Amino acid sequence: MIRVQGLTKRYARHVAVDNISFEVQKGQIVGFLGPNGAGKTTTMRVLTCFLPPSEGKAEVAGFDVVEQPLEVKKRIGYLPETPPLYPDMEVEEYLAFVGRLKGIPSASLARRVSEVCERCAVADVRKKLIAKLSKGYRQRVGLAQAIIHNPDVLVLDEPTSGLDPKQIIETRELIRDLAGDHTIILSTHILSEVETSCQQVIIINKGRVVATDSFSNLTNRLRGAEAIAVEFASSVPAAEAAGRFGQIPGVSRVVPREPRHDRHVVEIEMPSGSGVRAEVARLVVNSGWELYEMRSVGFSLEEVFLQLTGSPEQVAPVAAAAEGGAQ
Amino acid sequence: MNNIINIFQKEIKGYFASPIAYFLLAFFALLFGYFFYSAVAFFTVQGIQSQMMGRSMPMDVNDWVIRPLLSNASVIGLFLIPLITMRMFAEEKRSGTIELLLTSPVRDYEIVIGKFLAAWVLYACLLAVSGLNIAALAFFGQPDWKPVLVGLLGLLLQGGALLAIGALISTTTRNQIIAGGATFAICLLLWVLDWVSAYEQAAWAKAVSYLSVVQHFEPFSKGVIDTKDVVYYATLVFFGLFLTTRSLESLRWRS
Repeated sequence: MIRVQGLTKRYARHVAVDNISFEVQKGQIVGFLGPNGAGKTTTMRVLTCFLPPSEGKAEVAGFDVVEQPLEVKKRIGYLPETPPLYPDMEVEEYLAFVGRLKGIPSASLARRVSEVCERCAVADVRKKLIAKLSKGYRQRVGLAQAIIHNPDVLVLDEPTSGLDPKQIIETRELIRDLAGDHTIILSTHILSEVETSCQQVIIINKGRVVATDSFSNLTNRLRGAEAIAVEFASSVPAAEAAGRFGQIPGVSRVVPREPRHDRHVVEIEMPSGSGVRAEVARLVVNSGWELYEMRSVGFSLEEVFLQLTGSPEQVAPVAAAAEGGAQ
Repeated sequence: MNNIINIFQKEIKGYFASPIAYFLLAFFALLFGYFFYSAVAFFTVQGIQSQMMGRSMPMDVNDWVIRPLLSNASVIGLFLIPLITMRMFAEEKRSGTIELLLTSPVRDYEIVIGKFLAAWVLYACLLAVSGLNIAALAFFGQPDWKPVLVGLLGLLLQGGALLAIGALISTTTRNQIIAGGATFAICLLLWVLDWVSAYEQAAWAKAVSYLSVVQHFEPFSKGVIDTKDVVYYATLVFFGLFLTTRSLESLRWRS
């Protein structure tokens, strides 16, 4: 649905996007992840025909953004970082204006406006001036505006920024809801957002793509392993206990964590699919320790992100603790 | 065409849903009303005096009242036009709504023409106020209506030319004050360009004074439609809007 090849965007003094390529299949939700200033917004602006690329090609639904911008624009819905709203307009009036702008025939316009109002939960403020709406409502009106012409592709630039936690959850649910009919690209620097709503992640840093994969593949590939956290009570010091776990065949790494309620917590990593878990449980019981909890832990996206975008000082403590634990 | 109408409607609603249109109308009505009152009062006093001195020549209300009034209206327009155009694109750029317009399946010239027509209609509403004042003269005399209509047509054309320039300037900044100030400065300059003809007769002075908007309004206020003046205003409108469209396009690679 979206194909980007060797896209580069240069401004007068710096390169915002440097030779990136990726593809998005129909119906997918893709998270565009990166720190501020990584080039997310620039890439989105190229896709929506707001900016022309300096080099490279971008295609949306089979149309080139430079050659056939009007065709692309018909098929794309875009929510910029600040929703493009006219404060002097009523919600309904605004959506009708955008609908006509996107080429919805006037016969079906009123019906379409009602539909998106329902869908984005703004029906109760239809007659209100946009200037009087709260931030959450404005964001949802922005979303309604993006989907009004039922586009094939939705481009959402930080759709949850500045919302309160309840609104964030509602917005995410709405986005997941929309996924069936639309291909969605959403950008964010909030990692959990990608974790909860996206099937695929494109991580971008300093204008380059550092990784493209599904979220679970990404974490697995980086770790090549699974990990469990074990919480137990024991008179043995944590470091010594960790050492004993380390002697179990198949365990690749043991990381002592912060104790909880005077109970030790260690994280144990192992190759995926190995039968080490049973051994770990047996060791705890045979040593006479009290097992309180044993659960799988995923690699948090924060760790993945920092590893990929390379901020060594933040990853270092984890590695240091791991070395200490394995001795 | 639908797109032009859509944008035109949105702009007109924008002017009339906010205080802008009413402020401009009130401002214009106040100033023009004062000018009208002075002109009529002066005319009356002059009329009485000339009667007392025994002059039998009737004074012409077109020459004494309407012509100077139309010139005054064009000066008021000079002040109001920057207020109309300053937000045209600057506001869209500042609030980010320009991103909506430029990522919608609409051609750039459709946006420009829609916005320009709306501003022009607002300006025509202002002129209608002046027309209302002048129409009141019909109760007290028999003015010749043809020069009045031609004069209003001239004002409309002149307004169109200056609005096109204002539109162009508004695309270059996201700051409304800069857009308004620069438009005012350019309009004023176009106004006073013909001052050179007062002290210089060389060819360059003639060329410069030809560029002055006020030069081309003179014949209209006398009731004369000269093709050369119509062409001058039409050129300014066309060229201004053409450059506006180009400037809007260039936002894509300059921003």
